[in-house]
Amino acid sequence: METIWYALVLFVLTTYVVLDGYDFGVGILSPFVARQEGERCQVRETIGPVWTGNEVWVIAGSALLFLAFPKVFASGFSGFYLALMIMLWLLIGRGLAFELREHVDHALWRTFWDTIFFLANLLLAFVVGLLVGNLLRGVPLNASGYFFLPLWTDFSPGSLPGLLDWFTLLTGMTVVALLTLHGATFLVMNTRGEVQARAEASAKAATVVLVLLLIAVVVTLPSVQPAFGVHYAAAPIGFVWPLAAVIALLIRQLSAGRQRPFVGFVASSLLVLSLLVAAAWGVFPNLLIATTGQANSLTTLNAATEQTGLEAGLWWVSPGLLLVIFYQLQIHRLFARPAEPGFSLTRPH
Amino acid sequence: MDTALQYDRLQFAVTATFHYLFPQLTMGLALLLVYLRTRDLLSDGDHYHYAARFWTGIFALSFAFGVVTGIPLEFQFGTNWAKFSEYAGGIVGQTLAMEGVFAFFLESSFLGLLLFGESRVSRHALWLATMLLWLGSWLSGYFILATNAWMQHPVAYHVAADGRLTVESLLGLLTNPWLIWQFAHNMTASVVTGAFVMAAVGALYQLAGKHPALAKTCLRTGVVAGAFASVLLITPTGHESARQVFEFQPVKGAAFEGLFRTERGANLVLIGQPNMETMTIDNPLVVPSALSLLVYDDLYAKVKGLDAFPPQDWPDHIALLYYAYHIMAGLGTFLLAVMGLALLWLSRGRLFNARWLLWLLMLSAPFPYLATTAGWMTAELGRQPWLVYGFYRTEEGISPLVHSGNALFTLLGFLGIYLGLGLLFVLLFVETLRHGPTEPAVGQAGS
Ligand code: HDD
Ligand code: HEM
Ligand code: HEM
Repeated sequence: METIWYALVLFVLTTYVVLDGYDFGVGILSPFVARQEGERCQVRETIGPVWTGNEVWVIAGSALLFLAFPKVFASGFSGFYLALMIMLWLLIGRGLAFELREHVDHALWRTFWDTIFFLANLLLAFVVGLLVGNLLRGVPLNASGYFFLPLWTDFSPGSLPGLLDWFTLLTGMTVVALLTLHGATFLVMNTRGEVQARAEASAKAATVVLVLLLIAVVVTLPSVQPAFGVHYAAAPIGFVWPLAAVIALLIRQLSAGRQRPFVGFVASSLLVLSLLVAAAWGVFPNLLIATTGQANSLTTLNAATEQTGLEAGLWWVSPGLLLVIFYQLQIHRLFARPAEPGFSLTRPH
Repeated sequence: MDTALQYDRLQFAVTATFHYLFPQLTMGLALLLVYLRTRDLLSDGDHYHYAARFWTGIFALSFAFGVVTGIPLEFQFGTNWAKFSEYAGGIVGQTLAMEGVFAFFLESSFLGLLLFGESRVSRHALWLATMLLWLGSWLSGYFILATNAWMQHPVAYHVAADGRLTVESLLGLLTNPWLIWQFAHNMTASVVTGAFVMAAVGALYQLAGKHPALAKTCLRTGVVAGAFASVLLITPTGHESARQVFEFQPVKGAAFEGLFRTERGANLVLIGQPNMETMTIDNPLVVPSALSLLVYDDLYAKVKGLDAFPPQDWPDHIALLYYAYHIMAGLGTFLLAVMGLALLWLSRGRLFNARWLLWLLMLSAPFPYLATTAGWMTAELGRQPWLVYGFYRTEEGISPLVHSGNALFTLLGFLGIYLGLGLLFVLLFVETLRHGPTEPAVGQAGS
């Protein structure tokens, strides 16, 4: 039961990264692929209708974590206090930049929000990577299962780490590269003309950076988190995930170009998903690894709600999520028509 | 640690109060939008189509602010109230997750459709999307209130071996008796907010002589909905909420009514200042025995005053609580009077030319916001010193390792950001009004 819930929460949170991830990527790329006003509109139109729906996945994910593993929710959220608060402020800026840019017809106003949009998305992608890095490296849980991370200490992932150290910096940059690639692939699928060409070029560049960073992470990971291989050794079936990631990256490369943009996008979604699951596989069944000794770690077993609560939750969550997936797919299909150059919708004011 | 508790509380209070300014408008407008879209389907002209479109724009503005200020609340359960989350996650997590899965997805997904999909789908689809938007927003109200109602009046839980709580029955949680009246009262209040804002915009356009057809539709819709909702707000829903407080949380009731001593035939204090030193109300204006009558239907019934309870169970800001409650109830009477007058004038066909009344309607728009804020302060300050009423104290719930400096830092951060957001919202609201609706082509159905 705990494992089912673990999979469920992981599924919802990875879906969040896959979906909002392309929003982040598009935001990061926007100043580079869109040079004039018409192109900027074209780029924003691709995510305009779907971004709030995408963002809800993080709300649902955190609420499901709360439901199933309250102890982890409590410990993790209070321990990552500073990172999460900064993430909240960035989400506020990002959300408003989406919604408010068109409200006042003035170049300065638009430039202001374009800048916020770019910076917020860039930093959000980085914070997501930072959190992934922290989860891989482990956190200094005390005997009652709590911790608090300062922003940084001495930049080394020792036993008293901060949010930022060289390793999490590395994962942060990796996720930025990954989501830039993902966003670029999304743009290739949903735009035409100049923008599409620049997006494809960015995707190529991002791929190179990503591969280099990924190699660095994989090489350094064993020294940062020696226990990472344990679950892989116990359940080698998990190797399908890193394998899937490699295949996805290859497919993305081969389908590159504008003939099969949809395949490319599916591949990059799969890439994001399988990298995250591959990371989770290595730390399972831990949710929060303690750098202070395995006894302090929070696992699916010692952090879960009681059985009755998990069972009661399961029978409404599953149909609920299926329903959501159904209508979100419909809406994505409706908006899948690519935005033409100079294309702009009249929005109600 | 004490100061950390204060910053945590203040931060939740600030962020929740600010958040609620937006959903109350969207939840109220959602219902009115369903009306406009329905009229659009039933009429042949484009008039209602454009009216609905205009209000969808305002809805979207408020929604955007609601979304960005809502996420911090959700996160704060973990960041600032970790011990509470660990303790009650088995219950609170259920309702919060239901809200995400059943309500937020619905609202967020279909609002995107309404805003961007206008040219891609039919009017029937727009109507359906509006219905789903309404359903989503009211469901999110329902689930979040279920969470709050459980904290006010815990039901359907059981204590596990390790001392944490789990839900005993989901149905019990969702049919909490407290929730039923709280939901009815709170949703009626948001319809009042929506109606006042709609009427005020109508009044503004009417006074300025702009967009005459839209102005009349807004006035008519706003005034009729507002008048009905204002009545329902006071009775039965407000009245029953108060009765329920006296039944389940008598200390809160005594504190917000300003009843320091237990009395038979207790008076209802209309105005007066509570004096915490002498434990009396200074300069009171009272209705004799009315409190006993309202609470127990009996002029001579005994109502317990604060002296009947140990001081450590008293809420810690009694004066503020008292004022908050009296402001809400006082404004309830005022709002009803305004809408009552407007309805009377409307029914006699004189509203559109009664400039003084249009001015009154326009300037009244902020008052529902004040009343709901005061109402939430009543509910939440009055819940103190409990986080979960009756058995879990607020001071037990905070995050053990988030020290006061961090909490103060983020509290100040929120204050700064929200100040900016507030200004921005007002600016954009005014800008939207100045811009006005996209007028329908000539030959509009004047309604
Ligand atoms: C337009 C807003 C508005 C107006 C005019 C009123 N209320 Fe109200 N009231 C609310 C908006 C509100 C609210 C914001 O919606 C609250 C806060 C918590 C809740 O669920 O509803 C609330 C709560 C609330 C509570 C507290 C419940 C608790 O402690 O949990 C009581 C006792 C009343 N109301 C009673 C009244 C009475 C007797 C009114 C009329 C004379 C009245 N309210 C007018
Ligand atoms: C949106 C309307 C709401 C407003 C304006 C509001 C207002 C407040 C205020 C003023 C406080 C501080 C109380 C004090 O320090 O004395 C508070 C605390 C709190 N409220 Fe609310 N509240 C709202 C809704 C909710 C809901 C729906 C929940 C539950 C889901 C909730 C949960 C809490 C919690 C956990 C605290 C902190 C602990 C405490 O001080 O008791 N609030 N809120
Ligand atoms: C203090 C507890 C509260 C929490 C944790 C909370 C959480 C949230 C979150 C996360 C969102 C964003 C959802 C999205 O992305 O669509 C949101 C929006 C919303 N909330 Fe709250 N909220 C609280 C209080 C309330 C209350 C008291 C109500 C109404 C009774 C309410 C009604 C809504 C509605 C209708 C929305 C949709 C956005 C909007 O209409 O502005 N919330 N809330």
